[in-house]
Amino acid sequence: MRIAAESGAFEVVSGLSLAVRPRETLCIVGESGCGKSMTALALMRLLPEAAQVSAGSIRLGGQDFLALPERRVEDMRGDTIAMIFQEPLTALNPVMSIGAQIAEAVRRHRDVGRAEAWSRAVAALATVRMPQPDLRARQFPHELSGGMRQRAMIALALVCDPDVVIADEPTTALDVTIQAQILGLLSDLQERNGAAVVLITHDLAVVAEVADRVIVMYAGRKVEEAAVTVLFDRPLHPYTLGLMGAVPRGKGGAGRLADIPGTVPALWDLPAGCAFAPRCPRASERCRRERPDLRDHGAGHLVACWNVDDAR
Amino acid sequence: MPDSPLLEVRDLQVHFPIRKGVLQRARGVVRAVDGVSFAIGRGETLGLVGESGCGKSTTGLALMGLTPATGGIVRIDGMAPQRLRGAAMRAWRRRMQIVFQDPFSSLNPRQRVADILRAPLDIHRIGTPAERRERVADLMARVGLRPDQAGNYPHEFSGGQRQRIGIARALALRPDLIICDEPVSALDVSVQAQILNLLSDLQEEYGLSFLMISHDLGVVEHVSHRVAVMYLGRIVEIADKARLFEAPGHPYTELLLRSAPVMDPRRRRRFSAQANEIGAAGAAPGGCAFAPRCPLATDLCRTTTPALTPRDPRQSVACHHR
Repeated sequence: MRIAAESGAFEVVSGLSLAVRPRETLCIVGESGCGKSMTALALMRLLPEAAQVSAGSIRLGGQDFLALPERRVEDMRGDTIAMIFQEPLTALNPVMSIGAQIAEAVRRHRDVGRAEAWSRAVAALATVRMPQPDLRARQFPHELSGGMRQRAMIALALVCDPDVVIADEPTTALDVTIQAQILGLLSDLQERNGAAVVLITHDLAVVAEVADRVIVMYAGRKVEEAAVTVLFDRPLHPYTLGLMGAVPRGKGGAGRLADIPGTVPALWDLPAGCAFAPRCPRASERCRRERPDLRDHGAGHLVACWNVDDAR
Repeated sequence: MPDSPLLEVRDLQVHFPIRKGVLQRARGVVRAVDGVSFAIGRGETLGLVGESGCGKSTTGLALMGLTPATGGIVRIDGMAPQRLRGAAMRAWRRRMQIVFQDPFSSLNPRQRVADILRAPLDIHRIGTPAERRERVADLMARVGLRPDQAGNYPHEFSGGQRQRIGIARALALRPDLIICDEPVSALDVSVQAQILNLLSDLQEEYGLSFLMISHDLGVVEHVSHRVAVMYLGRIVEIADKARLFEAPGHPYTELLLRSAPVMDPRRRRRFSAQANEIGAAGAAPGGCAFAPRCPLATDLCRTTTPALTPRDPRQSVACHHR
């Protein structure tokens, strides 16, 4: 699958390929502005009007998802492919009870009556371990705590057993104990339904806990991809190395963190060669001139860097 | 650490009335901070960790006088502000400054950086105009901003640079202690590391003390010498960093440590989807606030609030069963 979204005159995501199989969790990790959320929206065909997929294709269970008519996509959204957003308050309808919202989704995709749809909604809330699901189904989003809202949104996304779940920073706004519950919940549900999960996050520790494979993005491009143990054992791209060094881990006391100098470049003002070159400790003349392509460094460990061999 | 602490907080309380009805009568009280005591030594960093709504930010605001404390004593070098007036009061206030979480909303968008940094000097009437200009230039250089950026407005800076402005503002009055309220939570990981490094450099250079308020256990573990854990308005455990992370005393501290994801795919934990929700501070019943979520809770826990009790000089825990 290749996506290239274009807003106005600049590319937001360029030449990104990814594949995710049933029961697999693929994590896309990167900092703000790397294009990970745009990727999620493109996968759902929910890009804002200004953005377009200018090249590439998305195949979903063998179908060309980008070529399907909008009505067919609406049939599939929530049924075949579903999305969990970071901020449930903006994703949920504020003037509808959460039970009614979930029941609406059920009736949109399944030929069932009101009563049956409602009971499936309550069952979906029970599945996500919502306390008192009967009561909560009748409540509105503002009446629930952040963790309960996130559960409600997950129930809404998963009520029709989608084959593919796109989760964009699903736990970023949550406290760490609630995050642990939500991550546990996602993996339970995945085990049961066999769904393929694309989890988008900035948090490498979350990646380490849940991913099977990982894609690291920088400035709209994939810079590294590997199985999770491979990536954490032997990160090869200098950006991945930098990110891992920058995460405070406590051990060894208050030493200095390996910060990455500078900031992420603006997508409309990318440098000519490798976008990471201005911040990279290994950048050479070639990096500033020529953009490196992804190359396989063994067993599907893809890296886009001219100086990988030195980085080992 | 020296014997007399730099900052001493005893039994700090911040209670907010709950107003209801047409007449807005007080119908109850939210105990956002309910009897918090701790001390911070010179050059020491105390981490204050807890989840949203636990009162950690309110504690910081109350120490700064930005939200009124309803009880308790705050001393700097043994001095409480209550009896101070005029210049003595201003001198007391200079010693403690704050850096906020959100570098977007904590800087006046209509002021240039130079004006933002000069404001504390103007208010406290420090130096001549020329000296103030020089001090502003020093501050900018110290936090890693270019001097030619002095005339820029906050929106012209990235999040990390804005946080540097916030830190420079806190440094302007040469404080002894800086309260850092989630100083890096709004920043990307790579930029977060820059700011944490800057703070540790400043601590070394000026012998600063920090109260580091954060929900991020990794950040707290990295920067702190000691750590206090808050739950619904109270400190449930306070201990040396190494002790707290190796041998947590309170069941809530254990839950926090167990819930934090670890950067090692070979040491995965199996997260559970248990439906235990954080209680609301307004509805905290008598007894230990953590009891409804606690695996050790007994009838005693539900009726009697445990006091924060020292186990040894390195660790104090508020639990009947530990």
